Amino acid sequence: MAKVKLAESKINKIKEICASFGNQPGEAINVLHKVQGEFGYLPAEVQEVIAMELNVPVATIYGIVTFYSFFTMIPKGEHPISVCMGTACYVRGAEKVLDEFKRQLGIGIGETTADGKFSLNCLRCVGACGLAPVVTIGDKVYGRLTPDMVKDIINEYNQ
Amino acid sequence: MAKYKMHILVCGGTGCTASQSVEIADRLKSNLLDKGLDKEVQVILTGCFGFCEKGPIVKIMPDNTFYTEVKPEDAQEIIEEHIIKGRKVARLLYTDPEKKEHVADAKHMGFYKKQLRIALRNCGFIDPENIGEYIACDGYAAVAKCLTEMTPQQVIDEIKLSGLRGRGGGGFPTGMKWEIASKNHADQKYVVCNADEGDPGAFMDRSILEGDPHSIIEAMTINGYAIGATKGLVYIRAEYPLAIHRLQVAIAQAREYGVLGENLFGTDFSFDIELRYGAGAFVCGEETALIHSMEGKRGEPTFKPPFPAQSGYLQKPTNVNNVETYANIPIIILKGANWFNKIGTEKSKGTKVFALAGQINNVGLIEVPMGITLREVIYEIGGGIKGGRQFKAVQTGGPSGGCLTEKHLDTPIDYDNLIAAGSMMGSGGMVVMDETSCMVAIAKFYLEFTCEESCGKCSPCRIGNKRMLEILDKITKGNGTMEDLENLKNLAGVIKDTALCGLGQTSPNPILSTLTNFWDEYVEHVQDKKCRAGACKSLMQYVIDQSVCVGCTACARNCPVNAIQGEKKTPHTINTELCIKCGTCIEKCKFNAISIQ
Repeated sequence: MAKVKLAESKINKIKEICASFGNQPGEAINVLHKVQGEFGYLPAEVQEVIAMELNVPVATIYGIVTFYSFFTMIPKGEHPISVCMGTACYVRGAEKVLDEFKRQLGIGIGETTADGKFSLNCLRCVGACGLAPVVTIGDKVYGRLTPDMVKDIINEYNQ
Repeated sequence: MAKYKMHILVCGGTGCTASQSVEIADRLKSNLLDKGLDKEVQVILTGCFGFCEKGPIVKIMPDNTFYTEVKPEDAQEIIEEHIIKGRKVARLLYTDPEKKEHVADAKHMGFYKKQLRIALRNCGFIDPENIGEYIACDGYAAVAKCLTEMTPQQVIDEIKLSGLRGRGGGGFPTGMKWEIASKNHADQKYVVCNADEGDPGAFMDRSILEGDPHSIIEAMTINGYAIGATKGLVYIRAEYPLAIHRLQVAIAQAREYGVLGENLFGTDFSFDIELRYGAGAFVCGEETALIHSMEGKRGEPTFKPPFPAQSGYLQKPTNVNNVETYANIPIIILKGANWFNKIGTEKSKGTKVFALAGQINNVGLIEVPMGITLREVIYEIGGGIKGGRQFKAVQTGGPSGGCLTEKHLDTPIDYDNLIAAGSMMGSGGMVVMDETSCMVAIAKFYLEFTCEESCGKCSPCRIGNKRMLEILDKITKGNGTMEDLENLKNLAGVIKDTALCGLGQTSPNPILSTLTNFWDEYVEHVQDKKCRAGACKSLMQYVIDQSVCVGCTACARNCPVNAIQGEKKTPHTINTELCIKCGTCIEKCKFNAISIQ
């Protein structure tokens, strides 16, 4: 991974967040939640600063980041698309909808389009099983989807 | 509290909120304000009503009118017709699918008739962000009774006598768990509520937290008193923002009212609750993994013993219970163990909440007494299979459970019967499948989930499940052999016997149960290279029947990859090399000319 030098202000922000949890290693997950909320993702350089502040090896932080699916090391797109692959959506055809998103955007799961506009992910159950299959884009929920609706939905965001 | 003549309850659960229920509530309020009725009629955003299929739901009290599929633009009509003129808006009432008649109130709807709501007693009834409404429904009376009239041992005995078992999946007797934790002495003990609902297709814990958060706070306090713990922690998924918000509001209100904090109810017992956020790991539903995650570590399970009741969070005795288990506690204390243990079967007392989903007419959240049959749940509450198709299987217990078939439909549902049938209660996901679901593909779906979520600590789960997934992938692509099926059986047995934690040990269940109940379908995939459900893409081709096709071009126009050729008014053909088998053409063809072979 290419090294990015973090701006001083960003390093200070991370230090501030760590300090707000008393620099306790036991608070690592809460720190990561907060930092990801701030920066959108957790690149290696950010993890190094956190490890230094909490006084644990970088491997420990990296181990936590890669263990939990909520944490990501890749920046999400401007419009993050999440296709629900919970069982209810799956048996009502979520896979076909996912395939169509992949085809239309030309990216795979966990990837972001080259222009940074869209990223594609799967999630497990948003709890709107009555609307299955469900896709969320940002905070908006789209229900009862079929593959032929995908193109129009993407176009909503391309204007 | 202000008194109102009527209440309009609007579902504020995640499903209905996704279909604009907040806007509906706002429009109802502004319409009431316009008519000068805002002091007479109150609009309340409640927790989930359960009938998600027909959401958003609006219920009018006291006449119990149940409106379904309400849109924001219907708000004005509801106020003008129903509230002012007293005439029900017929077009928004639920229509009985068999009698084709409108059903005016919830009590007479098939979906609710056989339900018994204990854990969900307040969901869809009270405003979850108002502690006053919870207290008006006997809230915090149970904890007051425990603290002022009962000894900790009496509380434990009452829960033991009730026969309540853990609702998170395992079914361990709750009272016994509390007793073990109470007998371990330490300077500090912890009570933990497991709200890390990771089972795809299950959302009962979230619905309880969103609809009745105070019941969890009250139950945890009772638990703390019973085992001698002064600190409670709720481990909740970060993916549940609404539930987190409601819980935070509830905790703040409880502290303000003095039902949480120092010297509760004038006694020397103190108790407080903090939240801990999960970060998306299915294995954290396992209690030892959950505890490690709360300590800020990777959520990997450890071998038991020591049990959390001996050495849990920060090596202190810790009692972990699931949300739904807790939701049962206050009402058991108030109504008595002998009321609770009359409901259900001999070894499984009370009710269970299920998230009913899949190819079924009434998708939603239901609570039924233990001992009800799958047939009653699927056909009476669930309203039967969607589109009048044939029932094929029902999956219970999520990735740890199995698929049950026609022959299990009349089995009474309880912990032991489900295990005997090769599945399990699990957290309560219940996914119904019809003939369009391929059972090999379903087994593969669950295994993909397990492989992705395996924490990687023990090799049977990490490597064994991966090997099983590869075999299943081979079978669904038409390259399987009979030897593969034998290998699958053997591997599944080994993983079941040797994996470290409960999740690993149950991970082969979806495969074992489908191998047992749908052996023919596996053999068909292997020997005939056929998928009867038409779900395994590699094993099928889309074909246009030349004698039926009239050349209307509907398929060709809608094909996303332009794989269909043909002149107008002459039969079309599909280029199978380009075809991505998305199924759009079948949906668009009005003449049933396209089939899967």
